[in-house]
Amino acid sequence: MTSGRAIMSRMAPDPIDLLRRMWRIRAFEEKVSELYAAGRIKGLLHLGIGQEAIAVGAATSLSPGDVVFGTHRTHAHALAMGADPMRLMAELAGRSTGYAGGKGGSMHLAIPEIGFVTATGVVGGGIPLALGAAFASRVLGRDSIAVAFFGDGAGQTGSFHESLNLAALWQLPVIFFCENNGYAEFTPLSAHTPIERLAVHAATYGIPAATVDGNDIIEVHAAVTDAAARVRAGEGPRFIEALTYRLRGHYEGDPAKYRELAELANWRAKDPLAVLRARLERDGTLDAEGPAVTGLEAEARSAVDAATAVALAAPPPGPDDLRADVLEGRLADG
Amino acid sequence: MAEIRFIDAIRQALDDELAADPTVTLLGEDITVGGPFGATRDLVDRYGPWRIRNTPISEATVMGVAIGAALSGLRPVVEVMFIDFLTLAMDQLVNHAAKLRFMSGGRLSVPLTVRAQFGASGGFGAHHSQSLEAWFAHVPGLRVIAPSTPGDAYAALRASIRSNDPVVYLEHRSLYWHRGPADGNGSPWTARVVRPGRDLTVISWSRMVHTVLAAATALAVDGVEVEVIDARALSPLDLEPMAASVRRTRRAAVVAESVVTGGLGAEVAAALTSAAFDALDAPVLRIGAPFTPPPAGPELEAQFVPSVDRIIAELRTLAIGVTGP
Repeated sequence: MTSGRAIMSRMAPDPIDLLRRMWRIRAFEEKVSELYAAGRIKGLLHLGIGQEAIAVGAATSLSPGDVVFGTHRTHAHALAMGADPMRLMAELAGRSTGYAGGKGGSMHLAIPEIGFVTATGVVGGGIPLALGAAFASRVLGRDSIAVAFFGDGAGQTGSFHESLNLAALWQLPVIFFCENNGYAEFTPLSAHTPIERLAVHAATYGIPAATVDGNDIIEVHAAVTDAAARVRAGEGPRFIEALTYRLRGHYEGDPAKYRELAELANWRAKDPLAVLRARLERDGTLDAEGPAVTGLEAEARSAVDAATAVALAAPPPGPDDLRADVLEGRLADG
Repeated sequence: MAEIRFIDAIRQALDDELAADPTVTLLGEDITVGGPFGATRDLVDRYGPWRIRNTPISEATVMGVAIGAALSGLRPVVEVMFIDFLTLAMDQLVNHAAKLRFMSGGRLSVPLTVRAQFGASGGFGAHHSQSLEAWFAHVPGLRVIAPSTPGDAYAALRASIRSNDPVVYLEHRSLYWHRGPADGNGSPWTARVVRPGRDLTVISWSRMVHTVLAAATALAVDGVEVEVIDARALSPLDLEPMAASVRRTRRAAVVAESVVTGGLGAEVAAALTSAAFDALDAPVLRIGAPFTPPPAGPELEAQFVPSVDRIIAELRTLAIGVTGP
């Protein structure tokens, strides 16, 4: 999948492929929700259902060697970069075959070989890490760039503002990617800051910024492709704010009663998968009833079912696994 | 054997690692002008402004940048001028640097060194004088080291930079002008007997090792022979040499400059009690600062930091009943 992503970045995106990639993520996260409700997996699970266009639009705009840093709501970022759904599901289920053998779970994925370096459970905590990757790229003379994903809640942290300053000061090859879904945990953005569009913060530090419709993958893809080219050319950091909405609660189990049903319905109508499909039907590039479209959902769900069956059947970690990987080459308390 | 000052040993270790490994990179406030004590003097001329990277006063983000760089092929050394300012970078250090190896199931490692001054001297007051080593030793996934001599400072810094684990490397500023042999003494991650003795075991680290040695010299005049152990590594602690000593001397004290309450002395005392309970003739004694913030004024600071006289008095009490060889 990594090579597929690389090839796509150098050409106009194939819309059917974008839709397929979004369906794979949607099917995965809906399966996670179902397994959680059935008590088959546990943990603190933040789903990004409704935000798939951002992860896929960004990942398909990057080049081999580029890296991304995710958030607490990060399954989509990992899958979009090419994570194996079986190993990801195994990680969520605490199986030994999970990416971290069950030690990381949903928020602490690390799959550096596909450019998904890591994510964080601390809001805003991943932004400086992405700057560090960009700094290393600069020091080592590489032409790779880094993407820091974060939500609107991170816009009120010190790390966010310190990072904007530092990236601008050092002209680091990094894209600040704000997924503004309107809510930080249970509270609307307007209750956390008087700033309506977080992209305006970038201007303070002289960083060019764009605000895009985060539910329109074509718009996201175009914005990231442009930003990546400029960042890679040495023009310094770029800031993208994508307006979007999470269709689930903050975490699985959150009934999200702090939101109006009308608001939810309004955003359901702007579901990124439906938006892309409608756009393609409008353009005439797609026959809505044709097998190319109707098959995507079934194909995605069946692939996730197969991956889930393998993941859940894997054994749990062994007795010494807990004490390994604290320090290199020794067991904790050893 | 060549003698070297502690601060120059640090500078030499940085220089030698920068020369040996092009991925070693320094980040910190004021480091391109050498920092307050000259630890990075002239290095920017030799290695350039990217590898010797001056930073704004943004401790949290600078620490995160160093961690991200460590995940991406560099071996960063971050200088945080005072341990007190590490409070600003605790999220990055504790939640990210320390845990990424574990959270990733060993897929990531963070070869990061954090240099910081600690301890009270010169009346710097409560925001520039703390001894917070126990905080870092309490976090799984961090190594903590606090050398006491120039030779150990050199060896420990090179070992820290070469470690694939994040290391908190602590420097007591009153040691910067100490002179000593440039060579280290075996692995810096191990505890070392710096003065043999038969009557008491005293475990210490960093600047307090020298204070304890002065107390031991005075006590020897009275016939009390103190075995002094420099712990050197504070996490993981090298407990076996300490326990072996206590089994011989049957009495032990831990002397640290930090506040006693909740300090590393409690950890060492508990570990020694578990390992050598039958051998102990007395509870393991802890000597350290009172449970107050560090004061600024000279008389108050002198009360705060364990003195040679205070250590002598407390060890004399611990030694009551010692019958000699």
